[in-house]
Amino acid sequence: MTSYDIVIVGGGPAGLAAAVSARKAGIDKILILERDKELGGILNQCIHNGFGLHTFKEELTGPEYASRYIDQVLEEKIEYRLNTMVMDISNDRVVTAMSKEEGMYQIKAGAVILAMGCRERPRGALNIPGYRPAGIFSAGTAQRLVNMEGYMPGREVVILGSGDIGLIMARRMTLEGAKVKVVAELLPYSGGLKRNIVQCLDDYGIPLKLSHTVVDIEGKEHITAVTIAQVDSNNLPIPGTEERYTCDTLLLSCGLIPENELSNKAGVEMNPITSGPRVDDSLETNIPGVFACGNVLHVHDLVDYVSEEAALAGANAAKYVKNGGKEEKGSHIVEVKATDGARYTVPSTIDVDNMEDLLTVRFRVGYVFKDAFVSVYFDDERVQHLKKRILAPGEMEQVILQKAKLLEAKDLKTITIKIEAE
Amino acid sequence: MYDIIIIGAGVTGSAVARELSRYNANICVLEKCEDVCEGTSKANSAIVHAGFDATNGSLMAKMNVRGNELMGKLAEDLDIPFKRNGAMVVCIHKEAIDGLKTLYDRGIANGVKELKILDREEALKLEPNLSKNVEGALYAPTSGIICPFMLNIAMAENAAENGVDFHFNTKVEDIYSDDEGIWHLRTNNGEYKTRYVVNAAGVYSDVIHNMVSENKISITPRRGDYCLLDKEVGGLVSHTIFPQPTNLGKGVLVSPTIHGNIIVGPTAVDIENKEGNNTTAAGIEDLITKANDHVDNLPMRKVITSFAGLRAHEASHEFIIKEVEDAPHFIDCAGIESPGLTSCPAIGEMVGEMLKEKMNLEEKKNWISKRKGILNPTEMSVEERNELIKKEPAYGQIICRCESISEGEILDAIHRPLGARSLDGVKRRTRAGMGRCQGGFCSPRVMEILHRELNLPLEEITKSGGRSNIVLERTKGTNGGETA
Repeated sequence: MTSYDIVIVGGGPAGLAAAVSARKAGIDKILILERDKELGGILNQCIHNGFGLHTFKEELTGPEYASRYIDQVLEEKIEYRLNTMVMDISNDRVVTAMSKEEGMYQIKAGAVILAMGCRERPRGALNIPGYRPAGIFSAGTAQRLVNMEGYMPGREVVILGSGDIGLIMARRMTLEGAKVKVVAELLPYSGGLKRNIVQCLDDYGIPLKLSHTVVDIEGKEHITAVTIAQVDSNNLPIPGTEERYTCDTLLLSCGLIPENELSNKAGVEMNPITSGPRVDDSLETNIPGVFACGNVLHVHDLVDYVSEEAALAGANAAKYVKNGGKEEKGSHIVEVKATDGARYTVPSTIDVDNMEDLLTVRFRVGYVFKDAFVSVYFDDERVQHLKKRILAPGEMEQVILQKAKLLEAKDLKTITIKIEAE
Repeated sequence: MYDIIIIGAGVTGSAVARELSRYNANICVLEKCEDVCEGTSKANSAIVHAGFDATNGSLMAKMNVRGNELMGKLAEDLDIPFKRNGAMVVCIHKEAIDGLKTLYDRGIANGVKELKILDREEALKLEPNLSKNVEGALYAPTSGIICPFMLNIAMAENAAENGVDFHFNTKVEDIYSDDEGIWHLRTNNGEYKTRYVVNAAGVYSDVIHNMVSENKISITPRRGDYCLLDKEVGGLVSHTIFPQPTNLGKGVLVSPTIHGNIIVGPTAVDIENKEGNNTTAAGIEDLITKANDHVDNLPMRKVITSFAGLRAHEASHEFIIKEVEDAPHFIDCAGIESPGLTSCPAIGEMVGEMLKEKMNLEEKKNWISKRKGILNPTEMSVEERNELIKKEPAYGQIICRCESISEGEILDAIHRPLGARSLDGVKRRTRAGMGRCQGGFCSPRVMEILHRELNLPLEEITKSGGRSNIVLERTKGTNGGETA
């Protein structure tokens, strides 16, 4: 069995940034395993711009953003294998992979970084009634067809769900000459970024109908029409509010799910809210030497934050390897919790003795708040209280914790993030 | 001219075709869709019923029990998975407990073996997730689970290998007989002539029958909605769990599938539209409520897909398998509703023997009884798998990540007899696209493979034939040639 210091599962933005960071931390034998035919992951199909504002202080397209990291991987001569599917990860970090050239083989990894990304919720999981014809796509699948393969799914489009990929595809399909008739969103708010609603819908006069869902799909062979209806506070359709739209395409952008089949096989403990692994402040899972970052950990809004998080995972995996695989956990472990409108936090625990001087805790809120406060409690004591004009589920939020402050609080057990009206 | 034309390539038509392929006869199957298994056969509970439901002495009872008996050997011969996981009919109302005994007696009279009535504790011991309201259960160990697609496809493939012609996208529009008693079948693809006709047209078997007979029959499409749950919760139950039956059928069952998912359904709504296999909000809601009556902790948020099927219901609730009285040499297989999937091997056997006698058919010397299925590399050892990949590298490329289906399996599905020509064709043969992402990841990749292997433009690749093309045209700036 060959062995590597660090094996990274996935060659998208998270995997690339983790690899570069681990190399900069002095790790020699790094291997990226990528199932697609090129590095870059989903960025390759995101040909719109808006990437990299935080990381590079300029607006890049998805492929450009990816190439910045791919170039570094190449410069650093980091090894990668394409068209390679990871079939299994064991709890002692044996990675089983497969490809046409190599067949099925195993690699012993000093550390593993999970960077598999996420996938879209399919129609089936949404229980939309009606026929099951051709012409129904998850927004990302349509994006791949249009942007990478160069094919149009159709000309008259209805979009269900206002996730970012759906919004981007509303604009993309419009630019390609299709008529996007409406975007229906089940919730009373959009799951996407505000800037995407403005730039992809408003600028093109595409109506966004909040609290609406698809209640019927027509067409035996190919989709011919959908009916949408308003929903009540229990998300149930309100009779009499139905509107029928003829269309030849229905795109779905109804949520992303971290892709953790391999993590589950390895026995990684999951956070039921994020559907991603539970990690500590070093982004390590419950399995020693197995780290997670990017959308497999929790779904991010901006790729810049994916890169930032992945760099941290890479550095910590490097530290773990250099330490000879010995855990250096301190005795003071603090639980991080989200309540009162905050849905989850990453990380879930903090090792106070070994934490960074400044630690970013990321979280999302469960609904839209206006003029509310993001509060941080050390046990029962409020230590941060930051006013925000708006907090929305589509945007990832963060608070910064100072190690010095945690060290001061000797008996600290739980840090809680809450959204408060005052 | 053909000796026998079979109308319909569902499980009934395909089982009949396979049985008849034993004999020296010129046989053709006409199917209006682009593939086998496109009607009732593709959307049902996928259960091989034990046979305690059907009325004593009915043909349905006889076919059910015989079909169940034959299924084990058939599945082995055709190299498809089949498991006798056992069924339980669960009673949750004390006052209805006698109903279990009625079913038991009926089953015994029908010839069902190993039936047993369980008390509450025995039932819960066998199936811990049953409703805590369980009062008792009828246990039928011979009940089984099978993949209806694979069964249908395998029987058709085997028939084709034995010389049966299959003509797809061929819809029978009219039938008449000439002075010599030869049947003429007018279709959208020209006229076919044959000495004998077998009507296995599912929900359309009344339409076909009524083309040749004055004694009209009527088949009502009885729609059933289903939900399929993720494999992650596949361990919820290990037996097929039925409620006590009503006059609308066997009720909403909860069962593992042969591939490790959980299936919940069906509802039962009589409709008029023979193409009306759309799910409804009311139907899905109804089945969730009903399923929860008998099984606890049903994780309905783990649904990966929902679908509806149409049973070919005839008012007398009996199979009609006989020569039509006023249409000699025209054999009906009509009203084949549940337990039609279970019964298909027996129906094949019955029609085979009927025609052997009527037509004086002679058995072929070189009839091939076995068919080799598509390889399942996950059942191989690592060494075997690597040997395979060395010989055929396509087996090393995973296309469907959810079900771990390789390119090699998809190529096999496309190039074997009656090979796949659409996304659904690939899906039913290999399971690519049947996992939790429902083809989100693999469908562009499978389209690409179909495009390459069938040498068809991508615009002509369909979901399931007809006008179900997936993409419409090239984007602007790509002029139909290669992309830059």
